[in-house]
Order: sequence, then structure tokens, then C-alpha cells
Amino acid sequence: MIGAMMASSYNEDGHITVSGPGGGTLRSKKPENTAFKQQRLPAWQPILTAGTVLPAFFIIGLIFIPIGIGLYVTSNNIKEFEIDYTGEDVSSPCFNCSQSFSWNSTRPCTCVIPFYLEQPYESSVFMYYGLSNFYQNHRRYVKSRDDSQLNGDMESLLKPSKECEPYAMNENKPIAPCGAIANSMFNDTFELFYNDPNGTKVQIPLSNTGIAWWTDKHVKFRNPGLNNPNLTAAFQGTTKPVNWRRPVYELDSAPDNNGFINEDFIVWMRTAALPTFRKLYRIINKTSNMVPTLPRGNYTLEVVYNYPVRSFDGRKRMILSTISWMGGKNPFLGIAYITVGSVCFFLGVVLLIIHHKCGNRSNSADISN
Amino acid sequence: MTHFVSAEEERRVRANDREYNEKFQYASNCIMTSKYNIVTFLPVNLFEQFQEVANTYFLFLLILQLIPQISSLSWFTTIVPLALVLSITAVKDATDDYFRHKSDNQVNNRHLLIITLIIQVLSWMNVRVGDIIKLENNQFVAADLLLLSSSEPHGLCYIETAELDGETNMKVRQSVSVTSELGDQNNLASFDGEVVCEPPNNKLDRFCGTLYWRDKKYNLTNQNMLLRGCVLRNTEACYGLVIFAGPDTKLMQNSGRTKFKRTSIDRLMNTLVLWIFGFLVCMGVILAVGNAVWEREVGSLFQSYLPWDPPVDNFLFSAFLSFWSYVIILNTVVPISLYVSVEVIRLGHSYFINWDQQMFCSQCNTAAEARTTTLNEELGQVEYIFSDKTGTLTQNIMSFNKCSINGQTYGDLTRLFVLLSGEATDPLRLDFTPFNPLADQDFCFYDDTLLESVKVGDSHTHEFFRLLSLCHTVMSEEKSEGELVYKAQSPDEGALVTAARNFGFVFRSRTPGTITTTEMGRPVTYILLAILDFNNIRKRMSVIVRNPEGRIRLYCKGADTVLLERLHPCNQELMNITSDHLNEYAADGLRTLALAYRDVSEDEWETWSESHRCADKATNCRDDRLAAAYEEIEQDMMLLGATAIEDKLQEGVPETIAVLSLANIKIWVLTGDKQETAVNIGYSCKMLTDDMTEVFIISGHTVQSVRQELRSGHRSGQLHVRLSGVSVSLHLGIHTDKEHSGQFALVINGHSLAHALEADMETEFVSTACACKAVICCRVTPLQKAQVVELIKKHKKAVTLAIGDGANDVSMIKSAHIGVGISGQEGIQAVLASDYSFAQFRFLQRLLLVHGRWSYLRMCRFLCYFFYKNFAFTMVHFWFGFFCGFSAQTVYDQYFITLYNIVYTSLPVLAMGIFDQDVPDKRSLEYPKLYEPGQLNLLFNKREFFICIAQGIYTSVVLFFVPFAVLSDATQSTGVPLADYQTFAVTTATALVIVVSVQIALDTGFWTVINHVFVWGSLGSYFTIMFALHSQTLFRIFPNQFHFVGSAQSTLLQPVVWLTIALATAICIVPVLAFRFLKVDLKPQLSDTVRYTQLVRQKKRKPIGRSGRLGARGGSRRSGYAFAHQEGFGELITSGKNMRLSSLALATFASRHSSSWIDTLRRKKHTHTHTPPSDTSQIV
Repeated sequence: MIGAMMASSYNEDGHITVSGPGGGTLRSKKPENTAFKQQRLPAWQPILTAGTVLPAFFIIGLIFIPIGIGLYVTSNNIKEFEIDYTGEDVSSPCFNCSQSFSWNSTRPCTCVIPFYLEQPYESSVFMYYGLSNFYQNHRRYVKSRDDSQLNGDMESLLKPSKECEPYAMNENKPIAPCGAIANSMFNDTFELFYNDPNGTKVQIPLSNTGIAWWTDKHVKFRNPGLNNPNLTAAFQGTTKPVNWRRPVYELDSAPDNNGFINEDFIVWMRTAALPTFRKLYRIINKTSNMVPTLPRGNYTLEVVYNYPVRSFDGRKRMILSTISWMGGKNPFLGIAYITVGSVCFFLGVVLLIIHHKCGNRSNSADISN
Repeated sequence: MTHFVSAEEERRVRANDREYNEKFQYASNCIMTSKYNIVTFLPVNLFEQFQEVANTYFLFLLILQLIPQISSLSWFTTIVPLALVLSITAVKDATDDYFRHKSDNQVNNRHLLIITLIIQVLSWMNVRVGDIIKLENNQFVAADLLLLSSSEPHGLCYIETAELDGETNMKVRQSVSVTSELGDQNNLASFDGEVVCEPPNNKLDRFCGTLYWRDKKYNLTNQNMLLRGCVLRNTEACYGLVIFAGPDTKLMQNSGRTKFKRTSIDRLMNTLVLWIFGFLVCMGVILAVGNAVWEREVGSLFQSYLPWDPPVDNFLFSAFLSFWSYVIILNTVVPISLYVSVEVIRLGHSYFINWDQQMFCSQCNTAAEARTTTLNEELGQVEYIFSDKTGTLTQNIMSFNKCSINGQTYGDLTRLFVLLSGEATDPLRLDFTPFNPLADQDFCFYDDTLLESVKVGDSHTHEFFRLLSLCHTVMSEEKSEGELVYKAQSPDEGALVTAARNFGFVFRSRTPGTITTTEMGRPVTYILLAILDFNNIRKRMSVIVRNPEGRIRLYCKGADTVLLERLHPCNQELMNITSDHLNEYAADGLRTLALAYRDVSEDEWETWSESHRCADKATNCRDDRLAAAYEEIEQDMMLLGATAIEDKLQEGVPETIAVLSLANIKIWVLTGDKQETAVNIGYSCKMLTDDMTEVFIISGHTVQSVRQELRSGHRSGQLHVRLSGVSVSLHLGIHTDKEHSGQFALVINGHSLAHALEADMETEFVSTACACKAVICCRVTPLQKAQVVELIKKHKKAVTLAIGDGANDVSMIKSAHIGVGISGQEGIQAVLASDYSFAQFRFLQRLLLVHGRWSYLRMCRFLCYFFYKNFAFTMVHFWFGFFCGFSAQTVYDQYFITLYNIVYTSLPVLAMGIFDQDVPDKRSLEYPKLYEPGQLNLLFNKREFFICIAQGIYTSVVLFFVPFAVLSDATQSTGVPLADYQTFAVTTATALVIVVSVQIALDTGFWTVINHVFVWGSLGSYFTIMFALHSQTLFRIFPNQFHFVGSAQSTLLQPVVWLTIALATAICIVPVLAFRFLKVDLKPQLSDTVRYTQLVRQKKRKPIGRSGRLGARGGSRRSGYAFAHQEGFGELITSGKNMRLSSLALATFASRHSSSWIDTLRRKKHTHTHTPPSDTSQIV
């Protein structure tokens, strides 16, 4: 690619300088004697010897195994409860809702799912919704958004990017928020009740803040017309996404959780990497040290069933989970660490044996040439 | 060079008639080797660059990316690297062209005189065909001229053609007689002859045309032409008519671009890149099929959330688009930076060659030069070296080294060392001037006993030097009193006469009948009665002279084998002593001659001269009869002694050859010299040794005899190998035939070679020759040199290197994989054609064993790593495809994809590719066996490639599935799930960068500061750039471009992410580490062992015994009358023909004469092969 010759074009001048006596001292063309040019830079020359490799294996093993055990124990201490409420099965409480779904229905369908927690959940509990077979990572889906619009840019609000097609305009009005991601926003709602042993049904308070990334909430997503408290006015001239029931400025009553900065919306907009994913829905904050956040017992989950997944064989789940320093339940990491650590240790032993039995180092003082 | 020859059939040039000549639109004398000017640079350069397949491919990708339905990557992921690559290349091309412009301008603006009605000074570029120009002494000829007249009588002029064909001797050109009489400038200005001649061509030794003037025709030949590039010598001025100008000149026609050489790694790389393209298409097809299935099964149902893009109406079309999308994403398996990085690495290696002090020759102030930057790694794979002899192995300087006079040996330095052992180590060089004012200052001799012996008047010594001053065919030229210049036909004859001159027997001049010398300050004239000339069979020459006292004496010098048989019996004792001396000399690799004389009585002379005259006049069998007559008188001679001439080898030649053969490189000497000389040099540079089982000499003149000789050689060789194979296999046979084929050597003559190279015999020749340790081809033509190289290239598939210094080596330098030019005295033709040039043969070992080896190693390691890192990087997308609906979604951030190859991972691997060393340079010279992996192509071949690819794919699997498994259920410590796309992207990318950095750290064997800076710097730059790209500042400015705002921070603060990265790194690296350790531990390569020993015993080193001194072992007699000269010179002298010619003309005659049989052979060859001869074969 780079020309082959180093200025080796024909040069008629080669000798003419020689014929002239020239005068002056002949400049020595001796290359400079620098360590760089003579390739003598001081250098560290590592070698894979038994003395370095075998200890490395043992050390890796000795580090990984404890970490793995720690992770495994931590993960095991995390409590997690999961309900699939898709309603595929006739016996499922949500069967009717899933069957009778229609985009145009105005009356929401609610299904009530009872469940029993065998262990009390001591610390804060996190409530997730999970979707399966939902391709939030599809290329066309991922790019179908306008970050400029979501950042509150007025121009993009009224003229959404082409990436949003075919969800950019509806009835000649720009859609806010535009794009397939926003359009397909998850809109089931959950309510959780604790069935007291004495028969009363206590609603558990669900906090809907603190569920999105800080940068998303404060940097990436901003409502248009910055300090305009009247969101309705700010979104003047736009229309709601096709699948939505309400416009974006009616997502929540609290002004700092409405419009584009609604956290449910932000969470949805952070697309998942894999087709089976969970997203944080609500947080059940720990109230006191005395009472577990969710005591052992019977609960009822009331789902307003709005989100259709049956058409593409999707599944919907609700997950309750506690959290440790390393996040939620994650047995794989611990097991993987223990496995890798053991394999390293084992490899170290095997290599040590091989090295002792047939290593070639003992007689390497002489080099046969 | 952009001149298009429009089928010009003949050329008509009318002198002094520009109007007439302009009709034909001949090229002007302005030469242009540059390719661009300021305006054309950009379009032309871009056009050229897009002719590269790779560049076009990336352009194609770029266009694909502009289609929104296909575009899976932003346009800049391709355009940034492409622009970078194009601009680096463009800058380099521009610099090269700038220098060409400069040199063109310099040449074009030289001044000369032009003769029209008024004399004008013009610059070269303004000269037109048909002009008459004046040249002065020592000027370059500006264009191809027809010589019209000169200041010398008969319109003669002398030129030196070193620039043109590399021959340093002067040549004579003569004008047509009618024009030579024109003389003065007025006549020339009105000269209106018209030349009709052949169109421009590149044949340097041929010209045919006709001059029409005053209604007469005169034939023109090459003898009338002065070609551009020659230098006018010894001629005050001459006038010439411009026939060919500028690009039409023979010089420019010959300086065509050299064949573009590619290395075997290049070819392998191209194949592999093709395979990778195939692989890419396969991946694309698999994913497209997946896409079709997915879109049919899932995508069509998912349309309520994600409808198809408008033009897509069915899953098949979607799959079709998906294929192209994947081609774009996966294109990074063949990254555009591959080619540019390879070039950068090679350029770096070339600079290291240029900078190497140990390849700098201080005597001639020349550093080694890599003239081609694309062949470096091939230097590490050379298996065959084809070397010229004269000027390459030898210095082409003969020095009178030792002599034996009357049983006493002189000049033995070892004896002198013993004598002087107490004092300085260097013996003193004798100063002849006080003793002899006519002495040659350059003559070196150290033994003062010989000078003493001359001074005291020892009669044997006097007779010895008298013989040397009389018995030769040297011509002398005495420019001023006492300033003698000898024109010797062969340098060894010159050395002998010069020796005699310094010891007081000065040859002054000769006429056809006399020889005048100054003996010990006293002028003496001998009458030359006869010269009994040299020929190959006789291997001796004699003169018969009558001294001033009237005594007739015959002086004879010749090969000891023939001369000692013709001595008088009374010499027996002296002969024994002298024979011992001769053996000693021969063992030292010196060329020996025995000297003898015989007194001839008047009667004897009368009768012999009568028989001689008869023989001379005989019409049939004249040669035989003459030989018989000579034989008759060269009998019963008295032995005087012997001389030993050193054909000075270049410094370090035997050592270099020894080291190179230890490195399993086969060295063939191809020389135009005689068999005896070549064999002699073969011995003195230890290519041939006395330990050899057999030296086959093939010198048959017919097809049958050559075949016979070859077969017998082959049979005995095979037999031996078979036998030894059996015996060796008993005790752990390693290197069976290699070691034992070392026992044979092959010497083949040019005329036999011509038969051996014919199609039906070449395989036989190759198999025999390759079974031999040393092969010497003597008396070969330049064309044959190239043919031999081609033969090996064709049959052995081995990398060949040709090294030479003269114009006759150009063809072989061009046809070998690597051409090396010795920048010696024989002109610069070889250097211009070469890929590497340096001043001394011994630098070859450093070039190959150090630079070549390193280059090969570095390039191989570079390629392995490069393919690995790109597969690891790219294949992640493939696995992801199965989880994202085959939608060609990338795993990484688009900026990461853009920068991965050009920023995050480019520099560490470049640093390794440029600086890596497995063992230090000293070790690779100490253990030449370290060179073998290169020859066997072990470090990078298809197998190694697949291993790299497999490793890369394994890494990609780990890099995808470990984060996949960990993150899919994991959450941040705030409860927010980690399985979002951006976190996944950052985790995978970070893991990838760390894994490949650890891998390069494992691969790098030589950690200089630069490596540290690059490796750590790359990691640092990755994090810095990532945090910058994910920063709020950039997002606020371009919210639509930086989607990843906050991801780096949010992700990398999670301990789980780091645990994932550590896990992935361990899983990727541990098997590699274990595998490498096992390899080093169980089956260490020599380099591993050397490296290890280096570490263990840094202080205690065992030096490897290499025979340092020449001639440690005594050996057989292999003296020959090794004069490079030709039969027929004696006759020329006695006839007196040459006396009229100047001695310069004599040289011409000699060279023409000597090459006559070569011409014959070449003609024969041409009629055999119908291919047009290459340019180079015509030069010589």
C-alpha cells in the first residue's frame, strides 16, 4: 500500500559528485550510535519459566476460590421471588385478560394474583417486571429513538429524527416521544397487598423514584421548555405515541417525575441487552429495623394487564428481590469463580508434575548447535 | 516515463533542422521520473490507491454503510480508518515524489553547449532531437548522440560507461570518417545530414542506422554512438548529433521500474485475507439465514412493536439486507489497518538496517541501505544465496604475498610474528623508496629479508625478479618520467610485475621486439625473441629473450603441476622444498605459480625458431603444432622458485560463509571467472574443504557428457546419503541427509550449465546440485546467472538471495527474491537494481541472521496477534447475532469500533512488530541454527494462522458468554439491572481491551520503554477516551451522537462488572499460559533455550569455536595457473598490432574478445527460447 521503494527512483546523479574534487571534509555517513538506532534499548525480557508460571497458577487459584465462595454465599443469602403472570395457562388468573386484549379497549383489565412468601424479606425489596422473547436489542428497535428530542430540544420535539420512523409522525403531528422504543413502553401496573393473618389487606407502599440511572434522569432526559412548569404547554403541537393511552405529560402527577423525566419511561428507554430481561419497577423501602419489609405470609399482586405479549410468544414476570453489595441474586458468578480457581490450581499441580517428570530445563546448560 | 511510444517504426533526424524534426514530435530531453505535480497529485494518487483491492473494498463498505436499511455502523467507523490509511500513504508518496522532482530538476537544468549558427548555452531539458551539441572532457553525455567529430585524431573519443552498464574500463567510439573531417564549429553548424535509424529501444550494445549526407549513405553502428549516462574521458571535446532524447534514450529505456517483489508472507497474507473474506461471507450467510428464520418465526409476530422498514415486505428481503449489514459489521476481521501496519513495521525494520553501525563500512563511508522496504521479513527465510565472486567475495585485488626463491620462503607472516613477538604486533611495511625511486607506493610487503637478499645481489633472487619483469604481457604507460602505469590484462599478472618493479626490476616499456627494463637502477633492453603464449591446456607461458650480453634465455612461469614435470632432473632437491612451500601457500588459499628458466644456445634457438615458424605458418592444426613446438623447448628447465598471490578475499568472507552454512543456507557461487580461479576461491573461503568426500566437476561440452557427469554425481551422492541414512538412523537419526550431503561439492562450467539448464535435464541438475553442500558455477553469463536463480525458485520453492556488485549481476539480482548489491568499485548498476546494498560481503550474516531473523519473527508475531485480536473483537458480534434477532446490532459502542483498531490496540502490537527481540543479536550470530524456523516457515503459516483464529474465536466466545451469563440476572447495588445494552457493551469492550492487552504482554518478549508506554498508554487511552465520550459535556453538545452518556461511570463503578472482566480475562488467558508453558517446557525451541540460558548464565558464556584463522589445516595441492587472461595476447604483442592502438583500446579489445563465446552462447540460448531476452542480459 505504501509504495515499495524508498526513493529508489533512478538517479543519474549517483557519481557526478565524485568526479568533482568537491573540497571540504567528507561527512561521515556513519549511523548514530544511539541505543534506539542500534536496537540496544534496555529491555525487560520475561520468560515463561516454571518459576514464574506455576506460582501464577497457584496464586490465581488461591485468589479466585475464596472470592468465588464469598460470591456464592452472598448470592445464596439473597431472597428472590418470581411470578409469571403472562396468562398463557387457563388456570392463570390473568388468562382472561390476556385473551381479551385489544388495543382499543378503554377499560383496563385487572387480574389478581395471590402468592405466599416463605421467608421474610428483611432489607429493602426491589420489584422488577421481566419480559421474555422481547427483542429490545434489535438493531432497528435500538436506534428508533431521538435522544435530542428526549433531551428537551424544541426543534427535535417538533421534527423528530428520521430514525424514529415509522413512529415519528402521526396524523401530521410529531410524536413525543418518538420511535419504536417509546411506542412500545411497558404499561402494566402492579399493586402489592399483604394479607394480614387477621384478614386485612394492607397495601404495601411502592416507591417509584430512584429506579433510573442518575445520568439518565438528570442529564440525558429533559423536558422541553426547560423551566416551564406547564408541561402540557411545552408539549403543545405534539401527539402521543400510537400505543400509549395517555400523552407523555400525563405519565405521573408529580412534576419532577412527569414528561420525559418520568422514571418508568426512562427505565424503559434504557434498552436491554438480551431478549429476556428485567427492569426495575418499584422499590419497597425498608421502614424500620424491627419489622421485616415484607414479612412471611400471603400476598396479593394486582396487575392492570395492559401490555400484550402473547402475539409474539412473550412472557411477563414480576420479581421481588433483596440486594447485597454485589447486587441481586447471581449464583453464576460465584460458581464460575470457584470453578476457574480450582481449574487453575489443578492445572498448576498438573504442570508441576509434568515439569518435574519431563521438563527439559535440567540439562539446558548446554546448547547443541 | 509517461511517454507513449506510438509505434514509431523508424526515426528520421535531420541535423540542425528543428522545424523538420518537430514534425515527428520526438520526446524532448526533459526527463520526468516524478509521477505527480501539485494539481494532479490528489486525483492521481487517490486513483492509484483505489486500485489496491483492499482500499476499494473499504470504499465499497463505505458506500454500503450509506444505505440506511443496511447501515449497521455509522459511516465514520469506516471512513476514519480509511482516511487515515489513505493520508499516510499519500504523505509517503508525496515525499518520494518530491525527491524525484528535485533530482529531475537538477538533471534537467545542467548546462551544455549547442551548436547552431551561433553557439548557445542551453540546459539539458531544452535540447531537442537533431541538435548538435558539444561535450567536454569529463562531462556526462546528455542524450544519445551520434558522434560527429572529436578533438582527437580519426574522430576517436573515449567514454566510460560505468553508469550505464557498470563496466569501469574505457571504451572507444569513433565517428564516421566523413563527419570526423568536419572539424570546426562552422562546418558543423551547417551540417545537414539526415539519419534514419531504429526507433528507441533498450538495447545498449546495438544500434543500426544510416546517415544520408550529400547523396551518400553511411552505415551507422553502436561504435558511432555516445549514450546518455556515459562520461567523456581523455578527450578534449567532441560534437554529437542528438538522436534520442530524454525518455527515448537507451539509459531511460533501461531504467524501467524494477519488478515489484512480494514476500512469501505477503502472498500468504493475501491468501489468508481471501480465506477470511470467504469466512466473512459464510458468517454473513449463516446470520442471514438466521435472520430469515427469525423474521419469519418471531419478527413477523413482533411487528406490532417493531414493524419492518418500508422497503422490506418479507423475511427473505430482510435476510438479504441483513447479510450486507453483517458484512459491514464483521469486516473488521480484515481490518484496513492490517496493510498499513505491515508497511509501517517494514519501514521501521528498514530504518534499523540503515541505522546499523555494524553494517557500516568506514573505509568507503557507506552504510547499509534497505532500498526496498517491503522485503525485510523475507531476509529471515533465505535458503539459497547466489553470490558473485569478483568484487563480492573477493576484493578483486591481487597482492604479491609470498614467494619461494631457491628453497627459501619469504613473506611468511607467522614467522615474522614469531620474530617480532616481543615488539609491536603489526609487522612494519617495507619502504621501497630509498632503495628504488621507481617503486609503486601502494605495494605492500613485510618481509625485509627478501629486500636484503636483493640488495646483497643474490643471483637467484635477481633472476627471480628478472623473470617476473620479463615474462608477461603487461603494457606500460609512462605518463611522466618515473610515473609508470601498468595496464595488465589480469590483476594477478599486474601484481607480479609490480612486485618485480618494487624489488628493483622495473619493466619500463616494450616494443614488438624488445623489452626495456631498469634493473637495480640500470636500464637494460632485452630483445624479445618469442612469446610462448598461455592457454588453458598449457597452463604456462614463456618468453625467450636475448639479453644485452647476447645470451638467449627462456623464462617460464606456470602452474606447478605442469612446470615441475618439465624441470631438469638436477632440480629434484629444490623441487621438493619448493613443493612443500607450494603446498603451504595453496593451503593458505593463495594462487601459486612456479617459475623456471632455461638457457638456450644459439643453435638450439635457430633450429627451434625454424620449427616454430613452420608451425606458425601451418594451415591445418596450427594450434596443435604450435603447442608441440612450445613443448619442445620448454624442457629441462631450472627451477627458480614460486610465487604466491593472494586474491584478496573481502574481510570476513570465510567466517561469514561458515556461519551462513551453519544456518543451513546453501551458498552457490556464480562467477564469470575460470574454473581454477573459482575453485581456488572456493577453497580459500572454506566453501570447499579437504574433508569433502568428493568434488564433482562437470565440464562436458555436449548434452550427453553433461548428463553422464550429472548422473554419476547424483548416483554417488544418493548412494552415500542412503548409506549414511541407514547408519545414522541407528543412533537417533536427526538431520540425516543434511549433514551428509555436506560431503559433496559441485563445480560446473558455463558451457555445461547451458546444457544442464535445458528443460529435460534441469530437474536432474537441481537434484544433484541441491544434494551438494557447495555449488560453484564458473564461466557463466549474466543470463545464466539469472536462469540458475529462476531454476531454484521454480524447483525448490525456496527463498533465494542474490548478491553481487557488477552490472553482470543485475539480472540475477533482479530475478532472485532478494537482491543485494555490494556498493563496491564496479559502478552502481548492481546497487541500483538491488533491494539491499552494503559495502562488504560479511555484512550479509548480520543482514540475514540478525535483521532478517528479527524481521521475520516480528512480522510473524505481529500477524498472529493481529488476526487474533480482530477475530476476538469481531466474532463477538456473531454470537450476539443469535440473541438480537440476527439484526446486525453491534455489541459495542460505534466509537469503540472505530477506535479499537487504530487507537486502542494498534500501538502495542506495532511496538512489538518493530522492537521485539527473542534473543539478542550476538546470540543469533553465535547460534546460526536459530535461523532455521524462518526457512521452514514455522512461525507463521496456515497452521499458525488457524491457531490464532481459533484462539481469537475462543476469546470472543468467552468475551460474549461470560458477561452474558453474569449480567443477565445481575443488578447494580442500587437494584438497577445490569443487563442493559450499554452496560453490556462497556463491560464486553473493557474486557476485550484488557484481554488483548494481557495477550500482547504475553507475546512481547522484549519490553523496552516504548513497549511499556504503548501498552499502558493504550489501556490508559481506552479509559480516558471512553470516559470522555461518555461524558456529559459531549452529550450536551451532540445529544444525538453520544448515546452512551454516563455508561462508563455507571458500569465501571460496579464490582460485579470488574469481577466479570477478571473472570473473562482469566478464562481467556489461563489456557494460553498453560499451553505456552508446556510448549517451552517440553519442546523448547532453540530460541527459548538460548533465551533461557541467557537469563541463567549472563556472565558465564561459552564462546562458540569458529575457525578464525585461514588455512589451519594443510591440504592437497590445488594450484592452478589462475590467470584470468586469454590466449592470444602474446601474438598480439609480437605482431605489434596493438602498439598503434592506445592501451585503452587494448582493454576494449580484450573485453570484446573475452566475451565472444558468451555472445555465441547467448545467441544459441535465444534461438532456443523464444522469449525476448530481458533488458539486463543486454547490458553486459
